[in-house]
Amino acid sequence: MNTRYKILTGNEACALGALDAGMSFFAGYPITPATEIAELAAELLPRRGGKYMQMEDELASISAVIGASFAGAKAMTATSGPGFSLMQENLSYGMLAEIPCVVIDVMRQGPCQGVATLPAQGDLMQARWGTHGDHPVIALAPCSVAEAYFETIRAFNLAERFRTPVLVLSDAALAHMSEKVGLPEPGSLTIVNRKRPHSPKDKSFRPYADDGSGIAPLASFGDGYRWYVSGIIHDETGFPATASPEAISDKVKHLLGKIENNRAEIEAWEEYRAEDAELLILAIGLVARSAKAAIDQARLEGKKTGLFRPITLWPFPERRFAELADPCGKTLVCEMNEGQLAGLAAQLSHAKIIPLNQNNGRLITAETILQGIREAY
Amino acid sequence: MSGHIFDKYLRREKLPHMWCPGCGNGIVTQALLRAIEAAGAAQDEVVIVSGVGCSSRANGYLDFCGIHTTHGRPIAFATGVKMASPRLKVIVITGDGDCASIGGNHFIHAARRNIDLTVVVYNNSNYGMTGGQYSPTTPLGSLSKTSPLGNIEPHFDVCSLAGAAGATYVARSSTYHVQALIRQLTAAVRHNGFAVVEAMCDCPTLYGRLNRQGDAAAMLLRWKEICLPREKARSASPEELEGKIVIGEFVNSAERPEYTASYDQLIQQAKAREARA
Ligand SMILES: Cc1ncc(C[n+]2csc(CCOP(=O)(O)OP(=O)(O)O)c2C)c(N)n1
Repeated sequence: MNTRYKILTGNEACALGALDAGMSFFAGYPITPATEIAELAAELLPRRGGKYMQMEDELASISAVIGASFAGAKAMTATSGPGFSLMQENLSYGMLAEIPCVVIDVMRQGPCQGVATLPAQGDLMQARWGTHGDHPVIALAPCSVAEAYFETIRAFNLAERFRTPVLVLSDAALAHMSEKVGLPEPGSLTIVNRKRPHSPKDKSFRPYADDGSGIAPLASFGDGYRWYVSGIIHDETGFPATASPEAISDKVKHLLGKIENNRAEIEAWEEYRAEDAELLILAIGLVARSAKAAIDQARLEGKKTGLFRPITLWPFPERRFAELADPCGKTLVCEMNEGQLAGLAAQLSHAKIIPLNQNNGRLITAETILQGIREAY
Repeated sequence: MSGHIFDKYLRREKLPHMWCPGCGNGIVTQALLRAIEAAGAAQDEVVIVSGVGCSSRANGYLDFCGIHTTHGRPIAFATGVKMASPRLKVIVITGDGDCASIGGNHFIHAARRNIDLTVVVYNNSNYGMTGGQYSPTTPLGSLSKTSPLGNIEPHFDVCSLAGAAGATYVARSSTYHVQALIRQLTAAVRHNGFAVVEAMCDCPTLYGRLNRQGDAAAMLLRWKEICLPREKARSASPEELEGKIVIGEFVNSAERPEYTASYDQLIQQAKAREARA
């Protein structure tokens, strides 16, 4: 394999990953610290015959992205907390209508305008529960520029495979830091494209009928299948099915089930020195890198510490987390917010949960985590 | 002829429709179907995108590709469909609230871009689906469920708004003036650019009842009285225009470039520059 090495920022890696995954449409609205993703899309997409479009707001961005996907495009938008909030209603349209797309949320300190240029991990629960109703969510949380590239590609692949919007959670620090990335030959990447229907192009076509795989094939507008979908709970024809209690609960179960039943394919995580640990650290993104440095130091002090880092944040890799956390007895949850993961960790394992929260726009350093380890151990 | 186009374009199995007796939505919808036929659009190249409201439910009775989206967003969804596949004829069905209130921003910006979409605004002067509250097109002084003492907000003129924002085809008609409505919709579907047709439309159950405008037939006849053709309106005095609605074609221009065509040129430029580099 002919790997090309490049120095990239996290935002550049997201944009290039999206292009290598086959993105042909990007709709967005400028917002710090995500803007460079849009700028790069505006520069590179037209050269490849694709389209960048600057919308009037984030409501329009996500709507246009879903619209483009209906017509067969691999489509993406990128934003930060305030814009991510504006996208929530229509994200659930994509989830219910089962339309693939990718949304990158470059997290910045919040709430409200917060501190636009500084990183945080404040949108973890917005990513999970931001939109209304019970809904399926896949969210990926890279911890390096290289991972931003590969996880953006994986986001497109999962979106196409499971017919659902997929979120990538980056942050202001990852977005703007530079690292070396080994970019594989485009041809060598695994690229997933949505399954197309092969049934007759006539009245018998049921756009939401399970073909036995749990995920219906997806036709594009204009390719000869005539189909309709409503944002109202619908049956396999795409038309409202609100009169039947079974149809309503079946639809929701289907949406949740296609994620839940495929956890093995969707979940990804990293374990670092966790096998013999007596104290487990739970962290995602850049915080996990500080944690690794702290773990190495703690081990020199004889404190057997290890890391569990979900790369797929949602669905949270619950089983593996509990397997590691329970025998340790103690889990130090390090996050740049006021404890969004700590509450979840407490639900998932019997271990004593020790929260280490820092929500001041600064990355949590290895020293801070080491101090936390010393106190918790 | 009409039997033929309704067999061709209606999903008969979805009927009867959900609208109240006397609702004007059916008249606008049949005018749209006649226009699609007259414009010669190929059935599988038409995509209908609707928002949320009584009017937006028309989409489900029509046998085209269609998306019933969220409240206020159909123009934004339609923009994505059109950008990904410019050869498709993308038609938006929207209510006055859907278009001019919650979706107002998308409406003016799509007009500014002059992207080739046909937007049919079913203007029944109120929020029908939620039970008759005032909308941005409810006339000053009108009663609604949320203006029980009379509406104190001036209304938007949807056509002026569209024209000022840059739409290149803009027309208005009513459910009484059906032939004109069909002609306008046909021109709008044929038009290469952002086209808006506002259809003044009756809601006898809510707006009409609250404002004592009589039954459905009386409401239809009311359009005959209060609508003034644009040609006549030009020479009318301000007093004569009081309480009148001007109908007709307001904008029909091929001067501004259409957005997806401009985008294709941009792609050619970008590729040429890439090839040189
Ligand atoms: C985000 C959001 N806000 C509010 C509503 C409730 N709602 C549904 S339809 C509607 C108004 C519809 O009025 P209009 O667009 O004029 O269409 P009509 O029903 O009169 O045809 C409202 C407010 C909603 N569905 N979504």
